[in-house]
Amino acid sequence: MPDPMHQFEIKRLINLEFIGLDASFTNSSLFMVIAIACIAFLTIWGMRGRALVPTRMQSVAEISYEFVANMVRDNVGSAGQKYFPFIFSLFMFVLFCNMLGMTPYSFTVTSHIIVTFALAALVFIGVTIIGFVKHGLGFLKFFVPSGVPVALLPLLVVIEVISYLTRPISLSVRLFANMMAGHTMLKVFGAFVVGLGLIGGWAPLAFMVAFTGLEILVAFLQAYVFAILTCIYLNDALHMHH
Amino acid sequence: MDPAAAKLIGAGLASIALVGAGIGIGTIFGNYLAGALRNPSAAPGQFANLLLGFALAEATGLFGLVIALIILFVF
Repeated sequence: MPDPMHQFEIKRLINLEFIGLDASFTNSSLFMVIAIACIAFLTIWGMRGRALVPTRMQSVAEISYEFVANMVRDNVGSAGQKYFPFIFSLFMFVLFCNMLGMTPYSFTVTSHIIVTFALAALVFIGVTIIGFVKHGLGFLKFFVPSGVPVALLPLLVVIEVISYLTRPISLSVRLFANMMAGHTMLKVFGAFVVGLGLIGGWAPLAFMVAFTGLEILVAFLQAYVFAILTCIYLNDALHMHH
Repeated sequence: MDPAAAKLIGAGLASIALVGAGIGIGTIFGNYLAGALRNPSAAPGQFANLLLGFALAEATGLFGLVIALIILFVF
């Protein structure tokens, strides 16, 4: 059976070195560039007509805009409108990386923990800075749950701090694990189809067709969850709801 | 015990975490359906929460899977 992990291998396409660091242009970078190009094409070229009755491309661009705008409005409120461009970019980038990964022989950028962790750390650090800028040191009250006995506070504050600090880890591992587990499973079942041959291979093939559909759903869902959790974290920092 | 065998057993044990994800996803969708059949008009409004709960429940199981993969490929 071929190695199901082979698809996640990073290959150098153009060797580059930047002040002693390996900054090669890899297949991961290539698919990031493709994702960005697709998003730019969709939003810029799709909206070029600005028609009252949208074309199909314009419709897709408008639907994705509306979708993220509603998400921000529902979860963060009017204070979050300032951060809409960031959340829209984040959602579209993760969505396109996940969806491009579903193309056969392509590379899934989000199946590498370093990529998702960089995105999650960016969200985490940004949200923490927003919280401190907005509330000053009062943001530390976020870690003190209201309405609990004072005797329990030392324990609860520690738990709150730990749960806050695990946010970037859970946010990144969720996306990475979903993508990697799905693609590994597709590869393993693909090997079953080949291994069982013309007579027995149809059963795993039928399963794979259904599973590919599920994977496309998961690809969208994980982008959605990544964006909505960013909204929720942002809401915590802006309004300190508990 | 042979360390390689222990590694494989450990990875297998770590995958048991997916049992919890299965229970969690089943509970979420089951309760959503039960609620949606009682009050169908309120169901679409909770669809976003359903997806969020599904993703959160699935992720906890996948953390176990990540541990299994770390055991297999990192050590």
